[in-house]
Amino acid sequence: MTNSGRNRLIDRAFSVWGVVSTFIGIALLLMFIGIILYDGLGRINWAFFTSLPSRFPEKAGIYTSMVGTLWIVVLTLILSLPLGISAAIYLEEYAKKGRFSNILEINISNLAGVPSIIYGLLGLQIFSRTMGLGGNLLAGAFTLALLVLPIIIVATREAIRAVPGSIKDASYALGATKWQTIWLQVLPGASGGIMTGVILALSRAVGEAAPLIVVGALAYVPFVPASPMDQYSVLPIQIFNWISRPQAGFSTNAAAGILILLAITLAMNLVAVYYRSRYQRKSN
Amino acid sequence: MTETKQHGETVQTESRSAIEIRNLSTYYGDFRALDDINLTVDPMTVTALIGPSGCGKSTLIRVLNRMNDYIDGFRVEGQVLVDGQDIYDKKVNVEQLRKRVGMVFQKPNPFPKSIFENVAYGLKIQGIKEKSFIEERVVKSLQQVVLWDEVKDNLKKNAFGLSGGQQQRLCIARTLAVEPSIVLMDEPTSALDPISTAKIEELVFELKSQYTFVIVTHNMQQAARISDKTAFFYMGNLIEVGDTQQIFTNPGVKRTEYYIRGQFG
Amino acid sequence: MARKSEKYIEGGLFAGALFTVLTTALILGVLLYETVIFFSDVSIVEFLTDRQWTPLFDEKHFGILPLLSGTILTTLVAIAFSVPVGLVIAIYLNEYSGRRFRSIVKPMLEMLAAVPTVVYGFFALVIITPFLQGIIPGLAGFSALSAGLVMGIMIIPYVTSLSEDALFAVPYSLREAAYGMGSTRFQTAFRVTLPAASSGVIVAIILAISRAIGETMIVAIAAGQQPRLTMNPLVPIETITAYIVQVSLGDVPHNSLEYRTIFAAGITLFALTFLLNSMGNWLRKKFREKYD
Repeated sequence: MTNSGRNRLIDRAFSVWGVVSTFIGIALLLMFIGIILYDGLGRINWAFFTSLPSRFPEKAGIYTSMVGTLWIVVLTLILSLPLGISAAIYLEEYAKKGRFSNILEINISNLAGVPSIIYGLLGLQIFSRTMGLGGNLLAGAFTLALLVLPIIIVATREAIRAVPGSIKDASYALGATKWQTIWLQVLPGASGGIMTGVILALSRAVGEAAPLIVVGALAYVPFVPASPMDQYSVLPIQIFNWISRPQAGFSTNAAAGILILLAITLAMNLVAVYYRSRYQRKSN
Repeated sequence: MTETKQHGETVQTESRSAIEIRNLSTYYGDFRALDDINLTVDPMTVTALIGPSGCGKSTLIRVLNRMNDYIDGFRVEGQVLVDGQDIYDKKVNVEQLRKRVGMVFQKPNPFPKSIFENVAYGLKIQGIKEKSFIEERVVKSLQQVVLWDEVKDNLKKNAFGLSGGQQQRLCIARTLAVEPSIVLMDEPTSALDPISTAKIEELVFELKSQYTFVIVTHNMQQAARISDKTAFFYMGNLIEVGDTQQIFTNPGVKRTEYYIRGQFG
Repeated sequence: MARKSEKYIEGGLFAGALFTVLTTALILGVLLYETVIFFSDVSIVEFLTDRQWTPLFDEKHFGILPLLSGTILTTLVAIAFSVPVGLVIAIYLNEYSGRRFRSIVKPMLEMLAAVPTVVYGFFALVIITPFLQGIIPGLAGFSALSAGLVMGIMIIPYVTSLSEDALFAVPYSLREAAYGMGSTRFQTAFRVTLPAASSGVIVAIILAISRAIGETMIVAIAAGQQPRLTMNPLVPIETITAYIVQVSLGDVPHNSLEYRTIFAAGITLFALTFLLNSMGNWLRKKFREKYD
């Protein structure tokens, strides 16, 4: 009797502990957001968006780094999307099971686990130095494109796999070629899942700082990049720069920049989650 | 030596059958799914393929329009002639073959598109752009499957809104729209209610004058009702083939009889 | 004509897939190439045994051990926090909570992994460190402890989702057997489900370690820039990743020995994560096969 009573007590206690654990991370994050809202919200005004970086914290803004981030995201998308989707289609629809496709699989899951800074070293040597791109936008975008490629491939493959085989059968049976079937049935059917993956990949690209620092993105860029061959900074690097300055004013700037960066990445993730739940419901 | 001889035979073949299967064996990797099958199908007839699950009847029907091509490790030996042409010959264009040999599947599988787009799909992928032609063909196909009156005001609506039986008739219309000469049906009514089933059977009976049908079915009564010929498969072997009436009333092989009776009981 | 273009398309797609192999080859090639040149100036023995890392000073030492210990230290702190928490969450979501709760909480947890790491770095430096300094008097302004803890928060969803996979794969019949004998949910979870899922949980830990080892911005901001061979989490240290960032921000001339140190450090990092990832992925594949 007492024994079973004690077991029930442990059971209840763990259930409470489970809820506490579940929310501890989220609570800490929310608390943190609260604090930076308090610190940084007052700093956000129109001038903050339109000002160039500056030695004086109260004059500095995120204009150039925002434009840099936008450039980087768009270029990364253009470079990684066709490559990632091609690879995914090949692996799901064409590759015969065997040693080679096994190697491809293992390789992709390994790439997904390579630390982002290693991609930075790769980009530094290949894009910045060997290809002579230096620290320009293109070198950064190439580097991030390789970094997010595994994310896009994995998401696209999952989405393709979720397209019912019966739809493909129907298309083939009507005389469609393999590519017609992929283009007209498989990809449209997988588009929701691919979208989700792409948004998540881009949100990753928006938040990356380390590999871009290695390939030579600058912390201080007093001009707006106008072409892919220009030098640039991105929002996370700007924030990093502000964090490492001793004056208190820059810490406020960092908080304000973080609010913007968080708003962007969290919004992208919310959209992705929404998309995913919608297309999951549809396919059920 | 033998190969040249066999090749010579292929060229000379003048067959009046719609389908002629010669010494066909198929493999999934090392597993032999069909063992030395010989079978002819006459034009404008309905042939039913029956047998217990895993007997190879579904494999066989998918061989007839090469739907198994994309399965890793699937292999074919022997010959399958459609209108006298060996469909596993290297020169054969698979897509052209599938236009001649259409297929309807177990579960209705409309595309997630409008009713109109479903039927027009086969024409559009052939590169046909002429609108009036496509419309004409869509209407005709939907009329052929007696679906036209039910959907004529909703052609733009998603095909998923139709009932199961309507969806299956839509799939048949979609198949007919590319004007095949042979229509393969892989248990076309197994997912449908009795009334929808009856409608599909009626359809097959009506359309028999224009198309050659090969139907895989689990339903003995269905085979008896609609087919001219019945072929009984067991463990990858063709046990017996003959006129449906003869197979059902006076089977030549004991195993056929057991199967048919077992299903009745 | 049509068939030919089908072939070209397949070729193009194949090239896309092949590109991933090329990426790996390039990573290896770049790291190896620079490292080989590095080792023509610095002996491997010195690299592996010297207890100091001071390539940017006048009196140069090239011992990777201080960077390695810094990396391991922050990783240990992160794992010590994230594995118990992440595992408890996984057990709770799988064995206790309803589906509704789960479907709401999981996307929220995933948000933790979506927050950019610079943000976490700021969090560690500006909030966690001052807070911990109030509790632990000897804590420095930069430390493995606060960087590791915050990294731990970031890794929670990663541990949770991998362990959940493993717990989910345990056949329901096993649980029913335990419940049938009068076990509580707690007993079922810890005596039946968790042991059955142990290999999957090990995978989660291995992959989480690899993730923590490669993390850069949090440690670059909050752990310090002082390579130090220590296991004391309260003092400033430097990790491999933070060192690479530090050099990249400076004006080290290309083709110099100092420049090549980041590749030598990089290949050490790559080797560690590659080993862990391969092990993790291999184990994961194995336990998936077990239940298929």
